[in-house]
Amino acid sequence: MEGVVIPLNHVLIVAALLFVTGLAGLMFRRNVIFILMALEVMLNSAGLAFVAAGTAWAEADGQVIFMLILAVAAAEVSVGLGLVLQIQRRFKTLDMDQARRLHG
Amino acid sequence: MLQTVWLIPLLPFLSAVLLMVTAGRMPRPLVAMLGAGSVGLSAVVVLLFGMQFMQAPEPYTLTLWSWMRVGDFAPQFSFYIDQLTLVMMAVITGVGFLIHLYSTEFMEEDSDYSRYFAYMNMFVAAMLILVMADNLLLLFLGWEGVGVCSYLLVGFWYKDPANGAASRKAFVVTRVGDTAMALGLLLLFTELGTLQIQPMLDAANNTWVSGDTLPALAALLLLGGAVGKSAQLPLHTWLPDAMAGPTPVSALIHAATMVTAGVYLIARTHGLFLLAPDVLLLVALIGLVTLLLAAFTALNQHDIKRILAYSTISQIGYMFLALGVGAWSSGIFHLMTHAFFKALLFLGAGAVIHCLHHEHNIFKMGGLRSRLPVAFWSFLIGSAALAALPFTSGFFSKDPILISAFEYHGSIAGIGPWLWVGGLLGALLTAIYSFRLVFIVFFGEANTEPDRQPGWRMAGPLTLLCVLSLFGGWFALPLASVFPAESAHHPSMLIEGISISIPLLGVLVAWLVYYQRKVSVSRFTDSPTGNSLRQYWHSGWAMDDLYDNLLVKPFVGVSTLLRGEPVDKVYNGIVGVCQLVHRGLSESQTGKMRWYATSMVFGLIALITFLGWGI
Repeated sequence: MEGVVIPLNHVLIVAALLFVTGLAGLMFRRNVIFILMALEVMLNSAGLAFVAAGTAWAEADGQVIFMLILAVAAAEVSVGLGLVLQIQRRFKTLDMDQARRLHG
Repeated sequence: MLQTVWLIPLLPFLSAVLLMVTAGRMPRPLVAMLGAGSVGLSAVVVLLFGMQFMQAPEPYTLTLWSWMRVGDFAPQFSFYIDQLTLVMMAVITGVGFLIHLYSTEFMEEDSDYSRYFAYMNMFVAAMLILVMADNLLLLFLGWEGVGVCSYLLVGFWYKDPANGAASRKAFVVTRVGDTAMALGLLLLFTELGTLQIQPMLDAANNTWVSGDTLPALAALLLLGGAVGKSAQLPLHTWLPDAMAGPTPVSALIHAATMVTAGVYLIARTHGLFLLAPDVLLLVALIGLVTLLLAAFTALNQHDIKRILAYSTISQIGYMFLALGVGAWSSGIFHLMTHAFFKALLFLGAGAVIHCLHHEHNIFKMGGLRSRLPVAFWSFLIGSAALAALPFTSGFFSKDPILISAFEYHGSIAGIGPWLWVGGLLGALLTAIYSFRLVFIVFFGEANTEPDRQPGWRMAGPLTLLCVLSLFGGWFALPLASVFPAESAHHPSMLIEGISISIPLLGVLVAWLVYYQRKVSVSRFTDSPTGNSLRQYWHSGWAMDDLYDNLLVKPFVGVSTLLRGEPVDKVYNGIVGVCQLVHRGLSESQTGKMRWYATSMVFGLIALITFLGWGI
């Protein structure tokens, strides 16, 4: 193998950082678009971890799973954006704290 | 003529309904005419009926309608008139009319004139139904009716809470007896299958023999009702307090008629009591003990009406004694003469109270002999009859009772003379307390000036009752066919002499102590023992305190305890916890998506940590 070999641990740490960043975005942003973006970050962090793991063990499974994650992410975004449109139309806002008609 | 007997209770009843419906909008003269007139009219009907009846004195039954029908049980609304009923009807309507007439003046300044007469007429109607009833259920209707009217009239001046308390006490205490009586009715019905008095007594005679348990139990339960209504031991405590009502009410209800209903009940069902000789002896003993207790108490009172109230309890004790020793017609005779002279005394007391600015304390009166001559003569004659001085009506009725007691041969041998001695002691006390009243109120120094004299509507009934109290003893009541024959009395001259002289001795004692003041009891009453004894008797042998501590206070204590419904607290607690949890959980349902997401994150962290720990 040529070039610099990045140790698996480092990649996993980056993936974890990405995941936590996404999670924080999910928990602390109020705008639904940013929440969707944070979700994307989280999905991609998981994908990064898979790819890194697949490379480390020289298996193709990691990349296969990543393709799957991509597909899921695409589907999620399309559904999510549809929901965003509906939310905007119903509540005249994208603030998720405002859209709480199911409160007890 | 005989068929018009239904008019007798109907007239006062109609008048009462009319007075109630118009609710005081009628002019006063009309109210007076209606109130007194209806009773007077029924007295006239009683008189006409009686004249017709006595030509062929056979028990007369008049069935008006079927009251109700439940299976075999079909009580009729029907009247049964015999000589006993006739005597009672005559007393109720006759004395009742005089008292109503008196009331038209006595109550003249009262703002509730019409309400007063409505209740009084209703009372007379209920009392007539009581004595005319053909079956015990109808009798019970009248019995409760007079109880209600008594309650309404004792609390007539309801703005004073003390009067309300007195009327409640009268109602509740008599209710104890009435409950016993209702149980007795149920027992008689289940055992004998009818409540019609005469068939029931026949059936009792056929099914039971003397001394059985069941007739004793039934008689005991009926006696409970009689004891409550007639204010005998141990249910006598309500009568002195019932004096809170207007004085004519005390005269009519709490002296002449209602309180004698118990005597009437026992006399009416005497066939049943004859089957229970032990209960009959108990009747005599209750009468004797009551008459002595009440006489001692009357000796120490200073409220003119309370003296008369205790004297009423005492005299009804004599009637019970008479019934107990089997001197049925003497008991009823004493009932009648007592109605005369006690109504006279109460109305005389009413005249004194009326003319003396509503003063009740006898020690604040005094010297009224020349200033209220009508009241004085009424009191003198009434007291003479009450003390059974020779040739007054009270003498003719009380003397046979004492003789019968002396000659009593009951289930306990040799008890007769003791009953006689007790009765004589009571007679002595009666003479002392009644003439103590006369001497204190009408002789000596004048303390209060009367501000008016009784008018003719008060003086007239008093005069008539004076005549009746003096000469009422000459009536020969036609009761021989109603009651079993009594053995002829052959008292020795000694016994007769003692019976006659004892009341005279009592008057002499009262004269020495309260008029001449030669003999002073103050040395005794001021000594510690004497004083505490006086206090004890004054409070009526502390019966009220006893009942208060024994029954009222524990009851009130338990009620206060249960007031907050302690049992419910457990269930209310469960409900409270559920509501609290519900509120908390419903708060967590915020509807905020970010909150859910955050919760899931932390939940997941917790779960993983927990699982990781496990591994």
